Amino acid sequence: MKLNNKKTYPMLSIAALVVLAVLLILLEINKNTFGMAVSILQKSAILAIVAVSMNLLNGFTGLFSLGQAGFMAIGAYVTAIFSIPTETIDSVYYTGGLAPWLKAMKVGLDVLPGFLQISLGILAGGLVAAVFAALIGIPVLRLKSDYLAIATLGFSEIIRAIISSPQMDKITNGSYGLKNIPGFALGLDFLPAGIGTLLVPFSVAGLCIGFMVLVIRSSYGRAFMAIREDGVAAEAMGINLLKHKEISFIISSFFTAVAGGLLAMFMRSIEARTFQITLTYDILLIVVIGGLGSITGSILSAFLVTAAKEWWLRFFDTPLVIGGVTIPLFRTGFRMVIFSLLLMLVVLFFRRGLMGNREFAWADLLSWPRNLSKKASSGPKTGKGGKKND
Amino acid sequence: MSLTTFIQHILTGVSLGGAYALIAIGYTLVYGILLLINFAHSDIFMMAGYFMIFAMATMPWPIAIPVVIVATVILGVLIEKAAYKPLRSAPRMSIMISSIGVSYLLQNLATYLFSALPKGYPTIAPLKKVFQLGPVSASLVTFLTPVLTLILVFILMYLINHTKLGMAMRAVSKDYDTSKLMGIKINQIISLTFVIGSTMAAIGSILYFTDRMSVTPFSGTLPGLKCFVAAVLGGIGSVPGAVLGGFIIGISETFLTALGYSTYSDAFTFMLLILILIFRPTGLIGETVTDKV
Repeated sequence: MKLNNKKTYPMLSIAALVVLAVLLILLEINKNTFGMAVSILQKSAILAIVAVSMNLLNGFTGLFSLGQAGFMAIGAYVTAIFSIPTETIDSVYYTGGLAPWLKAMKVGLDVLPGFLQISLGILAGGLVAAVFAALIGIPVLRLKSDYLAIATLGFSEIIRAIISSPQMDKITNGSYGLKNIPGFALGLDFLPAGIGTLLVPFSVAGLCIGFMVLVIRSSYGRAFMAIREDGVAAEAMGINLLKHKEISFIISSFFTAVAGGLLAMFMRSIEARTFQITLTYDILLIVVIGGLGSITGSILSAFLVTAAKEWWLRFFDTPLVIGGVTIPLFRTGFRMVIFSLLLMLVVLFFRRGLMGNREFAWADLLSWPRNLSKKASSGPKTGKGGKKND
Repeated sequence: MSLTTFIQHILTGVSLGGAYALIAIGYTLVYGILLLINFAHSDIFMMAGYFMIFAMATMPWPIAIPVVIVATVILGVLIEKAAYKPLRSAPRMSIMISSIGVSYLLQNLATYLFSALPKGYPTIAPLKKVFQLGPVSASLVTFLTPVLTLILVFILMYLINHTKLGMAMRAVSKDYDTSKLMGIKINQIISLTFVIGSTMAAIGSILYFTDRMSVTPFSGTLPGLKCFVAAVLGGIGSVPGAVLGGFIIGISETFLTALGYSTYSDAFTFMLLILILIFRPTGLIGETVTDKV
């Protein structure tokens, strides 16, 4: 069978998607037996959205922003407020009570089915974050490279401080955080209860990432990349720098907040401390491992990194006994040390990450065994050259 | 607010500012030479806190302090050699990502070695002795911090402005490539920068944690960011600027906390950063030739 015919590639993609969907449905049905795998897949799908949206900003537009945790916090809190059932909301806000206008809004929204309320919450979270991004972007996007990084980091901390401040008690429940957030479920009457555990995060991730891919392939995406390569030249070619940077920042923040909303549903309870700088670092490292400027790299790395962190490296955390002798290093926390060491190796020696700035293509995969033997004989292939990052 | 409490807060603020200033010097020196926000600096500061806990467990404080300083310097130089030196010719963003990676590693390492629970910071008895000045009372460390900061800064300024090594440092920060051609050993100068930065961080950590009583693997992050803001506020690359920035942030933070806005004190620091970046990107007393923002 000849496979290097171009027409077979879309068929291959469709086949892969079908296989994926079947696997997901099988897992969905047997989710009680594969609890670990299901929760890792959920988290990976959520992180994949954030990783791709961070890549849109950092890898494609060349804006080094570290504000992800803040936007995720906005998305998570808005989604949580929309989706906590009205009957139990008073027990969540047991200290100060919910602000009357929010309570009225929730009572009003109760005419809608639960599924729609949650979707509305996720969408609202994204929109609030987008508005914030638009406002923040006007002053901040004038800054370059590391100054932009530290300013966005600062904003994410400001958002966190505001969320946990006593003045916001009636909206965000201050430092107590929000709980009773419903998990992933479609909640449609004609489906068995509980369906949606995997389908909801995966379909939302598919939609979001699909949209971002379309943006990157559009004329906007090409403008983003022009800005990344050389801002001055891009401006000379008639690209409005600030406008395109704003668009990229707003789109990225919107989807980051959507992922934040999903994260709230995944965790079932959130507090301001969940959204510390460490969260941003985690995502940055996923993007770097996947390759700055590669969408498929980010997705792949979101799944690999989450699985490695939560599952494959798990054994480092439990005491290891070989022949009656306990190996002393293995105890809680060792996993993260190994993980961060692996990460430093990637940062230092494989700076281009898994995919560099290339995308996954069937042609590469199918010709991979041949290329490998060719590469071995002709020495290492030189890459496209590092991206210019001022 | 009565005059007594006002003076009391000023004292606390100046003391906190002194500790911030010492840490900010580390940021400003490294940025001046490598154009790198050394995200790992805040964790070097945190590790110095842990070193002190373990040093004080076995030694009296006059020996423990130099031991801690030496250990911190070794850590700082080691980080530079392992994580930044291989990336000299890489794009700037790669070095910054590497420094975030180191920060991540140090936090996880500290969590693994010392657990995430707060560990009590040892008390250095003479530093905790309370002095009474009229109606105002404060421990020795509160008075000592700003004085020590100023003395160290004067020594550092002398080193930078009046010695051959200092001249080499200034040359490297002005023009990296030319100074290499002039025979300056770049790697030695960069190591020296990390030695100075880590020494200041170690001293700053002793002064800072003596007032805070406990250390956790994450207790470096926020002070670290604030000190970077202090460095930018004063003018990145300038030592007096870092000190000025440190004092401004320390005092304003203390007053915001005293007025009951403690949750906003961090937010205020970052607002300050954004304002200064927009209106005066070279900082309060920075050089005006920069093309960095």
